[in-house]
Amino acid sequence: MVLDDVSIDLRRGEILGVVGESGSGKSMLANAMMDAVEEPGVTTGEIRYYPERGSEPVNILDLSDEELRSLRWEEISMVFQGALSSFNPTMTIRGHFEETLDAHDYDVEEGMDRARELLADLYLDPDRVLDSYSHELSGGMSQRALIALSLVLEPQVLLMDEPTAALDLLMQRSILSLLDDIKEKYDLSILFITHDLPLVSGLADRLAILYAFELAEVGPSEQVVRNSQHPYTRALLRAVPSLDAPLETMRPIPGSAPNPANTPDGCHYAPRCPLATDECYEEAPPWFDTADDQRTACFNHDDAGDAVPLELEVVES
Amino acid sequence: MSDQRNSTESQTADRDNETVVSLEDVSVNFEKEQGFVDSLFNDAQRVRAVDGVSIDIPENEVLALVGESGCGKTTLGKTIIGVQRPTSGTVTYRGQDVWNAKDGNGDVRIPYGDIRKALQIIHQDPGAALNPNRKVLTSLEAPLKRWNSEMSPEDRRARIFALLDRVGMQPPQEYAHRYPHQLSGGEQQRVALVRALLMNPDVILADEAVSALDVSLRVETMDLLLELQAQFNTSFVFISHTLSNARYLTEKAGGRVAIMYLGEIVEIGPPKKVLRDPKHPYSKVLRWATADLDPSHQELTDPPVRSIDIPDPVNPPSGCHFHTRCPEAREACTTEAPELGDEAGQPGTHCAGCHRTDPDHEYWDSDPLDGVEAEFAPRGESDD
Repeated sequence: MVLDDVSIDLRRGEILGVVGESGSGKSMLANAMMDAVEEPGVTTGEIRYYPERGSEPVNILDLSDEELRSLRWEEISMVFQGALSSFNPTMTIRGHFEETLDAHDYDVEEGMDRARELLADLYLDPDRVLDSYSHELSGGMSQRALIALSLVLEPQVLLMDEPTAALDLLMQRSILSLLDDIKEKYDLSILFITHDLPLVSGLADRLAILYAFELAEVGPSEQVVRNSQHPYTRALLRAVPSLDAPLETMRPIPGSAPNPANTPDGCHYAPRCPLATDECYEEAPPWFDTADDQRTACFNHDDAGDAVPLELEVVES
Repeated sequence: MSDQRNSTESQTADRDNETVVSLEDVSVNFEKEQGFVDSLFNDAQRVRAVDGVSIDIPENEVLALVGESGCGKTTLGKTIIGVQRPTSGTVTYRGQDVWNAKDGNGDVRIPYGDIRKALQIIHQDPGAALNPNRKVLTSLEAPLKRWNSEMSPEDRRARIFALLDRVGMQPPQEYAHRYPHQLSGGEQQRVALVRALLMNPDVILADEAVSALDVSLRVETMDLLLELQAQFNTSFVFISHTLSNARYLTEKAGGRVAIMYLGEIVEIGPPKKVLRDPKHPYSKVLRWATADLDPSHQELTDPPVRSIDIPDPVNPPSGCHFHTRCPEAREACTTEAPELGDEAGQPGTHCAGCHRTDPDHEYWDSDPLDGVEAEFAPRGESDD
C-alpha cells in the first residue's frame, strides 16, 4: 500500500501544498487524482471533481477512457519534475503547443496567441522559446515552458509534482512568485507537491503533511507552521536547516521511515514518535479537529507542543 | 599500520595552521564541442568555468562554495583537490605545485601519489559512486590495498570496521557484507565518506553531499560530517546550492562561505557576515531565494533581479559579470570589473567584489542602467 486511506479536498481557487519526504506517497496522490496510477497499481475510493461552482460532481474513477482523455489537460493539468524528460527532444516547443491544441480539437491559431501570452507571463521571450528545442533551453526556462504548455488548454486545476526540484533556489523562488501571479490571472486551483516545506509554506494557502502514505495533518499554512499539533510536522519543521534560526534548534528526526511493504498497524509514525503509546501501535489515529480548519491525525495531539518544542519566535528576532 | 600512524602524527605536529592547498589566479576554460566544418572556419567557443580565483585552504578549514548551477563551483572544487587541471594559474599543495608533480617537472618534493591520497572527494550521488557489483567491504578495501599494500588483511578489516562503526553503521560486520543496493541513500553516503576518510586525507571535497538526502536526514548527516572533520583534522570543501545548508555547516565549524557567480568568487567571509549582512547584491538575491519557514515572513515578492535567467557563460557580460541582472547596476559596472581584494583568499576576512563597497568609486556618479532605480550615494560620500 503506497497511499493509505487519504481524504483531502482541493478547494476552488486555492493553492494546496502537499509536503512529504521521498517515498511518502506524494506523487501517488497526484497520479491518483488523475486516475493515472500505473499498472499494477490500483486506485480505490472516490475522486470527485466539481467542474463548476455548485455543479454535480464527476467521479473520476468512473470515467471512460475517452472522457478521461478530455478531462486531463483540458480540466485538470499536470506538471512533472524534470521538464527535459517531459518534452520530445526531436520537436520544437512550438510543435508541442500545436500538437496539444490539435489533439484536443482547440483552435490552433487562437491557442498559440494564448501560448505566447503565457510564455511572456513566465518571463520568457515567446518567439525565441517557441522556435527552440528543449535541449537548447536552460533547466529553468524549459520548466517554465512546460508550465505554459500545461496551461494552454485553460484548465481549472493544475497538479504540480515537485515542479522546481531540479532547479536552483533562485529559479525555484522566481517560479513560485510567478505561479502566484498566474493563479490569480487564470483563476486556477493548484496542488503543489514538494519535499521542501519552507519553499511552499509562503505560497500555499493550506498545507497537507504526508508521512509514510498517510496524511498526518492538514490546515492553513500559517497555523500548521506556527502551531502544528502533530509530532511529525513539528519534528519536520525542526529538522529543516534555515538561515536565521539558532543552530541548536535544528535537530534530526531519529529513526527512518517504514518500508511500504511492511507498514505498522497503527499510526505509521509511532516507531519514531516520542509520544507513542500502546494505543498508537494498535489503532490508526482518526482525525481530530485541532483548530479552525486544521485537522490532525494523532491521539496525543494535545501533548505534541510540549513533547516537540519548536521555537519559531526565535526565527523572527 | 603503526608505522604509518606514527608518521602521520609527527606530520600533524608541525603543520598547525599551515596552508594545505593554495590556488593562485586560477582559471579553467572548457572548449565547446563543435562539428568538423565549424572547426575549420571558427575558433572553438570557450567557457570560462573558473575565472581568476585565488584562495587558500588552511588546516581544519570548512569552506562552503555556494552558487547557481553553472557558476563553476564544482569545477573550482575539483581544481582545489587537484583533479581538474587549470588552464592558467597555479595550484599548490603544501608548497608543491600539484601539476608539476604530476608531470614530473622541476624538483618534485611531494610525489603526485601522496598529493592524490591527501585530497579526496565525496560525490553528489552516492549510489552512482559505489560499484553496484561489489560489496561495501570490497569497495573499501580497494584503496587500502592500493596505497597500504603492506597492511595485513586483518588490520585492513579492523580499520574498515572501526570506521563503519564510527559513522553509525552498526554492526559494521553486517553492513560490510552488503551490496550498495541494500543500503539506504544515507548509508551509501556514509560508505562514500568512509572510503574518503580511509586515506587520512587533508582535504575532502563534498559535492552536494547532503542535498540528495531527505530533509529529516540532512541535519544528522551534516553533524556527522562536522564531527569527523574535527576528529580527523581534515579540511572540508562543501559545494552547495542552498544557503541554509552552507550556513549550518560553516557556522557550526567556524568556517567560510564563498559565493560564486559565473566563474568568480563574488563574496567570501565568515557565514555570520556573508549571510546576515551580505555586501554583494548577488548574495542578497540568494538570500531572497532562500525560503524562510515562517509564512508571514516570506511574502512572495517579485525576484530582486532584472532577469531571472543566467547569461550565456560562453559570452559573459563585460565589466562586472552580474551587471545584466543586478538590481543596483550602473554604467560603471558595464566597463570595469570589480576586484575582490588581495586579502580575500585569507581566512577570516569578509570581502565582496562590488563597486558599491568603495564609497569613492566612480560608480556613484555614473547613471543607473535600464530598470535600475536611482539611489543616492551612501553617507560619507560627497560630490565636492
